[in-house]
Amino acid sequence: MQFMLLFSRQGKLRLQKWYVPQADKEKKKITRELVQTVLARKPKMCSFLEWRDLKVVYKRYASLYFCCAIEDQDNELITLEIIHRYVELLDKYFGSVCELDIIFNFEKAYFILDEFLLGGEAQETSKKNVLKAIEQADLLQESETTFASSCVKLIL
Amino acid sequence: MTSWSAVVGSQCLSLHQGHLPTCLCVFQRMPAPIRLRELIRTIRTARTQAEEREMIQKECAAIRSSFREEDNTYRCRNVAKLLYMHMLGYPAHFGQLECLKLIASQKFTDKRIGYLGAMLLLDERQDVHLLMTNCIKNDLNHSTQYVQGLALCTLGCMGSSEMCRDLAGEVEKLLKTSNSYLRKKAALCAVHVIRKVPELMEMFLPATKNLLSEKNHGVLHTSVVLLTEMCERSPDMLSHFRKLVPQLVRILKNLIMSGYSPEHDVSGISDPFLQVRILRLLRILGRSDDDSSEAMNDILAQVATNTETSKNVGNAILYETVLTIMDIKSESGLRVLAINILGRFLLNNDKNIRYVALTSLLKTVQTDHNAVQRHRSTIVDCLKDLDVSIKRRAMELSFALVNGNNIRGMMKELLYFLDSCDPEFKADCASGVFLAAEKYAPSKRWHIDTIMRVLTTAGSYVRDDSVPNLIQLITNSVEMHAYTVQRLYKALLDDISQQPLVQVSSWCIGEYGDLLVSGQCEEEEPIQVTEDEVLDVLEGLLLSNLSTPVTRGYSLTAIMKLSTRFSSVNRIKKVVSVYGSSIDVELQQRAVEYNALFKKYDHMRPALLERMPIMEKTASNGPTEIVQTNGETEPSVPDTKHPPLVTQPANQANDLLDLLGGNDVVPVIQTTLPTKPASAGGELLDLLGDLSLSGGPAPAPVPSVPVSQPPFLLDGLSSQPLFTDIAAVIPPMTAYNKNGLKIEFTFERANPNPNIAVITIHATNTTEADMTEFVFQAAVPKTFQLQLLSPSSNIVPALNQGSITQIIRVLNPQKQQLRMRVKLTYTHKGLPVQDLAEVNNFPPQSWQ
Repeated sequence: MQFMLLFSRQGKLRLQKWYVPQADKEKKKITRELVQTVLARKPKMCSFLEWRDLKVVYKRYASLYFCCAIEDQDNELITLEIIHRYVELLDKYFGSVCELDIIFNFEKAYFILDEFLLGGEAQETSKKNVLKAIEQADLLQESETTFASSCVKLIL
Repeated sequence: MTSWSAVVGSQCLSLHQGHLPTCLCVFQRMPAPIRLRELIRTIRTARTQAEEREMIQKECAAIRSSFREEDNTYRCRNVAKLLYMHMLGYPAHFGQLECLKLIASQKFTDKRIGYLGAMLLLDERQDVHLLMTNCIKNDLNHSTQYVQGLALCTLGCMGSSEMCRDLAGEVEKLLKTSNSYLRKKAALCAVHVIRKVPELMEMFLPATKNLLSEKNHGVLHTSVVLLTEMCERSPDMLSHFRKLVPQLVRILKNLIMSGYSPEHDVSGISDPFLQVRILRLLRILGRSDDDSSEAMNDILAQVATNTETSKNVGNAILYETVLTIMDIKSESGLRVLAINILGRFLLNNDKNIRYVALTSLLKTVQTDHNAVQRHRSTIVDCLKDLDVSIKRRAMELSFALVNGNNIRGMMKELLYFLDSCDPEFKADCASGVFLAAEKYAPSKRWHIDTIMRVLTTAGSYVRDDSVPNLIQLITNSVEMHAYTVQRLYKALLDDISQQPLVQVSSWCIGEYGDLLVSGQCEEEEPIQVTEDEVLDVLEGLLLSNLSTPVTRGYSLTAIMKLSTRFSSVNRIKKVVSVYGSSIDVELQQRAVEYNALFKKYDHMRPALLERMPIMEKTASNGPTEIVQTNGETEPSVPDTKHPPLVTQPANQANDLLDLLGGNDVVPVIQTTLPTKPASAGGELLDLLGDLSLSGGPAPAPVPSVPVSQPPFLLDGLSSQPLFTDIAAVIPPMTAYNKNGLKIEFTFERANPNPNIAVITIHATNTTEADMTEFVFQAAVPKTFQLQLLSPSSNIVPALNQGSITQIIRVLNPQKQQLRMRVKLTYTHKGLPVQDLAEVNNFPPQSWQ
């Protein structure tokens, strides 16, 4: 996978994960173009499109579009499953996840993604294990906070 | 309020970096920076872009000063806010160093945000990122696995080559750990390292030894990814890892056969992600290796038949299986099974499945053509799909499946598709139709009809090179000329907006206008058209705003050509002279030269504007043979413009007198590469039967790139010496002089090819009666090749009042002595006259 973008129906970016180095300007350009292209698609169209020299797999969940750019030899159908797995993880973590959760807790969305994918590939295929790791990491974070000076309740 | 105190604070504190006295803190009473969620909430209340920008700027200022204060407590919060604003599109580069500080912090919370910030704000283009290296190194050896995890993740996501080089050793160590949480991450991190620094691949080899013995699916999955990467990059690794095939097969088998495993189950399938990756690795291992392919045969068949197809996940596995089967050396039964799976995919309601089926079929259509043919009708149905990507795939696949048997049916579907498809498809579809039609046309009429259909429905989308290709096709379909020109004329009456159609039509009308007017069509009801009507149409094209300059050029030339086919020469003269002052330089030049043709070179006009010969599509049409004229011609003259030199047809009758007569025979020039000597026959002198009269007349300017020079100046058709450097002046000679008919030869050696002698014959008549229906024919010995161009006329006026000129080109590669046998026929005083003569007195300079 080269990158993953999450954006709303109005084209607002909610998450961007890049697995190949790109200049900031280029990232903005790609994002803008791709968002436009995907938003222009009609509901009846299939989830795959060819864009530049990449294959793009996208799926809409409620008000959010999940969009991945994969390479030629990657399997489009399993990418759809990857996207679905990520949504399931978010859902389990936030409890019936909605766009607002991702907006207000974007850093958590990233943490979860980084426990599921690494370098563009799935590192853990068990839902349970991903969530367990996140839970443990969160605990670690919390335990630190309680040790810190009492005037600082919640760091973030 | 925040910003006010921040400003005050910064003024006092800028001198005390890192040594903030607590007392200052007290009287400043710096409020804590607002929380992340608070900021997000605030920004979302902004009603306009400007309002949002203002809030962002305010907060950025606060954050900046906070950074300047080296505030450890809130750095994490500030960076998080910065990351949010960065996602909205605002610059956040001033936070880069702060991320590094967070990474260096002891707190896990800080590290978490710090690494996230690094991945979002830093990239390998900035030198700053290298500062991370040491921190990552430390964190890779941290006592807490979650910290190690963060480091591995960051390195594996955005590590630059330098970082990878520095840290590869640490990654390799972690690849060998028994901690599966770390091991799986290390494997993917290794993949990244190898991608960045391929030379380091070797060092990971030992660690891969036991990777597949792991029970942990995470480790298994990432290990397979690592092995795949290594095998794809190095043939040595590939051979080394081939021995893993049995193990991989076993793991896959367990996944399929094992019962329900809640941890890895997806819709009843056990760990589809792992299954797909194993199948992919098997593909790479089995490719071009018979033994491996055989070892995986069974499992592939098993997966192909047992996988549940009701959900996407099952189809994902089947898809990967099909790809593997088609790529390895599988037995034919398995391949058929794979194609049938694809065929079933085509019928699936899920458009995604149909899409991948078409993509895969496209990949296999060359190798398993017959199997794919069986699904042709389903594929053709996909042309009507609503999805653009599916339509495109279906179109490409349809063209790949066209053959001699199904051409009529397929073309019907494809033309229907061309009618209704989106503009983005039209060009490709039109080209595809032309190609297919050319290869498999069942009849000439069908071919022409198909072309017509394309031109009329997608005329503006056909590629530029279609026009010359079509013209050539039409020229070569001799018996269809009348039909073609009639249909094209009718199409023009309907619509003159589609330029390629208009160009082809004008050219045809110019060429075959006489057939059009004479109502000679056999294929369909001939239409009644007068010369004036035709000229009206052509003139209309010249005047229309819809016509491009190129099209106007075509029409003007067409009109000119009709001057030898129609009788309304005056009208044509008028039109031509009008355009002599056209603003368009191209048109002007043409008109001026055509004018000149009417005035000074009128005797050459018929010859120059004669019917085109059949053109052969030759790749290398020996352009070196072609005579260049006064340096003004296009240097790269396309093939079809120049009639290639003719060779003596192998099975022409040996008889000297066996010549095809008649002025109106469209000559068939058999072309071969000019250097090939004629074969066949023992006769010393063969006649070029077909070429008797009209050789290649002036190539019309039409078939391609608009040339700067009207074509009739090419090929040295003018009897005036056009070359600027003639090798030597060759004296003229009298070839024949009998009964009042004198034929003189004048010579030029062609430039650049000195093996060609260009002979111009001048026939004059000293008797008091004209010699009419004059035909000059010539034959040369076998080692020569001869080309006879059109004569200027066929009447030799009496009493030397004029002459007929005709050009002969002789190729003499062996530089042998030129000999020629000529045959003359004419009518004199009502009686036919015929004579044969040998011409042997060629000056040596003409052939040496």
